[in-house]
Amino acid sequence: MELLVAIIIGVLVASGVYLCLRARTFPVVMGLTLLSYGVNVFLFSMGGLKMNQVAVVGMSPDPTDPLPQALVLTAIVIGFAMTAFLVVLALRSQGELHNDHVDGKPDDGGRS
Amino acid sequence: MNHWIIAPVLIPALAGMLLLLEVRERHRLRRITGLLSCAAMLAVAIFLGDQAWSGEITVYALGNWQAPFGIVLVLDKLSALMLVLTAVLAFPALLYACCGDDRRGANFHALFQFQLMGINGAFLTGDLFNLFVFFEVLLIASYGLALHGRGPERVKAGLHYVVLNLVGSALFLIALGLVYGTTGTLNMADFAVKAQELTGTDATLLSIAVLMLWVVFGLKAALFPLYFWLPAAYAGATAGVAALFAIMTKVGFYAMVRVYALAFADGPFAGLGQAALWWLALVTLGLACIGVLGAKRLGTLVSYLVVMSVGTLVAALAFGQLEALGPALYYLLHSTLICGGLFLLTDLIARGRGEVADHLQIGPAILNGGRLSVLFFVAAIAVVGLPPLSGFVGKVALLRSVPDTSYWVLLLVAGLCGLIAMSRAGSTLFWRTTGEGSGLRPARRHLVAVLWLLVLSPLMAVYAEPLLQLTTAVADQLRNPDLYLSAVLGGGA
Repeated sequence: MELLVAIIIGVLVASGVYLCLRARTFPVVMGLTLLSYGVNVFLFSMGGLKMNQVAVVGMSPDPTDPLPQALVLTAIVIGFAMTAFLVVLALRSQGELHNDHVDGKPDDGGRS
Repeated sequence: MNHWIIAPVLIPALAGMLLLLEVRERHRLRRITGLLSCAAMLAVAIFLGDQAWSGEITVYALGNWQAPFGIVLVLDKLSALMLVLTAVLAFPALLYACCGDDRRGANFHALFQFQLMGINGAFLTGDLFNLFVFFEVLLIASYGLALHGRGPERVKAGLHYVVLNLVGSALFLIALGLVYGTTGTLNMADFAVKAQELTGTDATLLSIAVLMLWVVFGLKAALFPLYFWLPAAYAGATAGVAALFAIMTKVGFYAMVRVYALAFADGPFAGLGQAALWWLALVTLGLACIGVLGAKRLGTLVSYLVVMSVGTLVAALAFGQLEALGPALYYLLHSTLICGGLFLLTDLIARGRGEVADHLQIGPAILNGGRLSVLFFVAAIAVVGLPPLSGFVGKVALLRSVPDTSYWVLLLVAGLCGLIAMSRAGSTLFWRTTGEGSGLRPARRHLVAVLWLLVLSPLMAVYAEPLLQLTTAVADQLRNPDLYLSAVLGGGA
């Protein structure tokens, strides 16, 4: 379980970082989304991983920690809003600069 | 329980919501609402400052959930000082924007209020996750404000700014996850206590978390190598917004000071990352010198002066731990206000020159440039640290409390570079002119806003002694984290 979650987080974050370093706005947006997914799963696992346990004291012998769930919820909402904003910004940058390069430079022959 | 503590967060939140409700374009009403909110904030900040001055640390438990289970707002001398500084800066910044800049895009006033809400909240909160939330509030408002008004330059700089800060937020969350995973708490005071008891793997994990926090705060404060976003974003922003942004880098510095003073001044984690912070700050200072000298526009020049002030402050923090904090806080007040004033002045000069704007090249003379040149002269003296204004006092106090050769050399060289750059800029802008210009005359409100900020520098020099005592008292309170811990954890309300 722990190993599986760790691998998932690792893959998500690695792909996110790779995409963030691309020169076009769309991969960067995707990269940031993957990065935030990785971070959310990471936050979720910080209270300790437990199978089939509810987050209410008294309802199960070994309740899971409810706080990371609340934190993740906040992080998801904020991340979602930020992604939406970034998509709008990327579209506007496309409209104003007439290309989707992150530096607003004209196309360099598709090398990036 | 004293409910006034939450007012600096509630006032802009309510004002912002009211401003969103207005459907029709009623600019006058919007401006009055915004300015009234800023004035109320100033009054409340001074009232809270007076309250904090007695040395009592007031704790406000939101929803009456006691720490460490609920989120608390904490008012000590440092928070109160930062609140007053924010309010003093925000009013003229908004007043300046009310001369027409606010009409260049929708919802300027609401965003401005939400930005203030985020800044005030970040200064008040006593919870690490809540700090993250307030950071996000101030950031998302700042994204909107940085892009206010159109232009490809702004969009380009804005994109970099947004992407960098989103990556920063992801790092912040990872660090918070590690903090919660190892200590089981996010309350700053509780965290400070629990961090001292960690051993083995948990201690290593927490060190990683702390270093990541430094990276995040360094990004907000614009420390090398994370400052490259700043000059483009600040120089591109509308004047009033840029002036308000002068305090944003200081939010990062504040967060560093707060976390450092509470948990890492002594104990097993003392000095963690401090050596790196010291060198990074010195490199920041050095690169800011180059930036100042190489700037092609006055706006960029002022942005590099902001970076310079950050390098100066962080180096003082990293060197003297908290010994040099008193003078550093005086310098923080000075540099924030004067850089804010300079951003406004830059815009006035750019308007006066018409087409060439603030590019440092030969251009038409500014209509009635006399008044502006006097203001520029005063601001330049203050910002580079020549006697008799506040920059000089701040730098002398810093030099006395940080007895280190490399810091002395770099700070003096930075002053020299600033002096060269400012005198070159001033002589180009005001003397090397080609006939009468077609620029705009500054409105009276513009001048009032600029004067408000620039007059504070001579005042800070005149009242240097009491002000330095005040900032030293703030630092003394921070050097004694037990006061904070017992106020938050001991007995609760």
